[in-house]
Amino acid sequence: MKHVDEYRDGKLARAIAATIAAEADPTRDYAFMEFCGGHTHAISRYGLEDLLPANVRMIHGPGCPVCVLPIGRVDEAIELAKNPDVTLATYADLMRVPGSRGASLIKAKAAGADIRMVYSTLDAIRIAEERPDRQVVFFAIGFETTTPPSAMAVKLAEARGLTNFSIFCNHVLTPSAIRAILEAPKTGGLPPVRIQGFLGPSHVSAIIGTKPYDTFVAEFAQRIVVSGFEPLDVMQSILMLLRQVNEGRTAVENQYIRAVTPEGNRAAQALVDEVFELRDSFEWRGLGAIPHSALRLRERYATFDAERRFAMTPIVASDNPACECGTILIGAKQPADCRLFGTVCTPETPMGSCMVSSEGACAAHWTYGRFRDRARASAGRAAS
Amino acid sequence: MSETREPRLRRRRMDVKSGRVDLSHGAGGRASAQLIDEIFRDAFSNAWLDQGNDQAAFDVPLVPGGRMVMATDAHVITPLFFPGGDIGSLAVHGTINDVAVGGAVPLHLAVSFIVEEGFPLADLKRIADSMGRASREAGVPIVTGDTKVVERGKADGVFITTTGIGVLAPGVELSGDRARPGDVVLLSGSIGDHGVAIMASRENLGFETAIVSDSAALHRLTAAMVAAGGTGLKLMRDPTRGGLAATLNEIATQSRVGIRIAEEALPIKAQVVAACELLGLDPLNVANEGKLVAVVEAGAAEAVLAAMRADPLGREAVAIGEVIEDDRSFVQMTTSFGGGRIVDWLTGEQLPRIC
Amino acid sequence: MCLAIPAQVREILPDGMARVGLDGVVKEISTALVGDLAVGDYVIVHVGFALSKIDAVEAERTLALLAEAAGAPAEAMA
Ligand code: SF4
Repeated sequence: MKHVDEYRDGKLARAIAATIAAEADPTRDYAFMEFCGGHTHAISRYGLEDLLPANVRMIHGPGCPVCVLPIGRVDEAIELAKNPDVTLATYADLMRVPGSRGASLIKAKAAGADIRMVYSTLDAIRIAEERPDRQVVFFAIGFETTTPPSAMAVKLAEARGLTNFSIFCNHVLTPSAIRAILEAPKTGGLPPVRIQGFLGPSHVSAIIGTKPYDTFVAEFAQRIVVSGFEPLDVMQSILMLLRQVNEGRTAVENQYIRAVTPEGNRAAQALVDEVFELRDSFEWRGLGAIPHSALRLRERYATFDAERRFAMTPIVASDNPACECGTILIGAKQPADCRLFGTVCTPETPMGSCMVSSEGACAAHWTYGRFRDRARASAGRAAS
Repeated sequence: MSETREPRLRRRRMDVKSGRVDLSHGAGGRASAQLIDEIFRDAFSNAWLDQGNDQAAFDVPLVPGGRMVMATDAHVITPLFFPGGDIGSLAVHGTINDVAVGGAVPLHLAVSFIVEEGFPLADLKRIADSMGRASREAGVPIVTGDTKVVERGKADGVFITTTGIGVLAPGVELSGDRARPGDVVLLSGSIGDHGVAIMASRENLGFETAIVSDSAALHRLTAAMVAAGGTGLKLMRDPTRGGLAATLNEIATQSRVGIRIAEEALPIKAQVVAACELLGLDPLNVANEGKLVAVVEAGAAEAVLAAMRADPLGREAVAIGEVIEDDRSFVQMTTSFGGGRIVDWLTGEQLPRIC
Repeated sequence: MCLAIPAQVREILPDGMARVGLDGVVKEISTALVGDLAVGDYVIVHVGFALSKIDAVEAERTLALLAEAAGAPAEAMA
């Protein structure tokens, strides 16, 4: 696979790891957050943790749209799917996400709800065209990357005069979440953590560009390296962050120049802007309510808004109080520190957002990394 | 070691009173295992079933030293016809393989059909002909059968269940609990072909490949392995639903050992990798229908591997890793980067992902 | 994450669609978000849509930087 395999070369990775080890200052501790689940995936899938020196720590951020979707929104979607007139079209990722009391779309489907898995919003449009007798609702989730296809679906539905199509919009915005994490110490809402730099998302940035991150340098003296998803991209970006720290610089840098420009995809931005507007506030599972962090349909497209069409009532539901996701997402704790981890909370029965999809910090640790726990525990004891 | 806090999985039992079967119960992952455990094993429990193998080996009464193997498999697949086979050939191969990886020589098959009202006769004939061909080629005749027709909407076209029996040569004793640290793990060829071929032929996923299913009867390959390995051959498994990852985890759990495999040793076709990238799947979780995994004593590994490579269905056989000591029964993989990761069971059904 | 993968444009279809290939796997996608494309271009594909075009020159540059990053310790030691 061109533009993929070149960035998965193990030998090169070990050489870059050697450079990182050589340049990492042994008297310092480095803590970087990979915001995006894609980077978490690359790190766990390729075992990159084993290639980094002990004083370079990666904190797994909240960048997985499935994980940050509040339980209440899942409950609302399940309620909607139970409406006998509704066909709910959804990306397969959402099928297993548990709502309250162990409910999920896959179980609602088993109980008779008409739920279809689609791979693209165009498939949802097709279902609406084929079944004029059904109210087809697309369960829209995702960051800036996944929003333009939803906007496209709304425009298409309008152009084709589809009156039986709407979307249940849960699109959220990356920069607002980064801000929430950075403002945590100031607002006192979350315990402070010292993050020295971020790996910026790959495909979100392909849409929004690198400019929206500039403010984090100006306001918070942060470092951001927009990074590709392949493991070598991640290694190189970590090296770039580390060099910024060593040289005392704070800047937005772009490692993923082959797909990301400073301006991003203007056409996609314009499309999103035409269809969607900012919500005042939106709940992020694990992070709480974040102002201006999500989108909803503009008034002009109100008829395509499932929340309005079906007069959906918000459902509020909360996670198990013992869940540590909030503190894990900001790097203050690690998955194994949670007493629910691996006992009642596993990927089959997630208790909190970080366990929901394999990109969540807890699920990634459970699925790929937990074999390290024992070594870590004995090393800890030996040291103390 | 005793101080280490090991998370201990407290599995909640299924909610039998008000719960319902959902798709994840049929996907070969943990949910399937739980269903079998809490519903079927609870109800059927006996010495043979409780071994947890894909087939049961039993002594034949009145025949001194005589041992046989029995296995059954229900087949439901969409679409019914796919590149490299159809539900009929799959039903024949699948059950022959379940008998064969038990170390036995498959003798006979029985088949039962559940057909939906309205199903085209031409398709049924095509499927039956394909089954006949597959069983003749394998030399394992279908000797008895049954057919039921259900009302339209009560089945999806046709469901086929096949049952097979076979005989075990004296001294052959294979079981999923026999892996020991130091043993070598062998794999007969490339993984993920069947699953990708099926997904590509499902219209709603909208992609095309030239990959064909690897569906094949493995009994000649297994016979050669049994002959070459002798008592050094500990167990064989065919990594079907749930893929290689599920099979290795089953072995590790059953034998209470760990397994470490090397990513670089795994044969995976470029198109399978590409399709998995597009759909967000891991080839380790994708189904196979003509591959097997074997665990052999280190001393026998070379001989078994040579025997595998001499068979057309094992030409690309490789050693992929080793059995290690681990009371947590982890399957670990050394990645192509030299890092480590766990190879876990699939959580629920394997679905294409967007994130 | 947003699962996305580079694929090569094989054929431009009407209505802002295209057929793209990835190591022998062929898929139909929408190109409505990226505008003009030519056969042979590489695009990043996400949920059936092309998100952006891959810049071949920048890709070469990235690979050169990777090689440099891999070689740096030797230089440092020399
Ligand atoms: S292990 Fe589960 S409950 Fe604990 S922090 Fe992670 S997601 Fe929350």
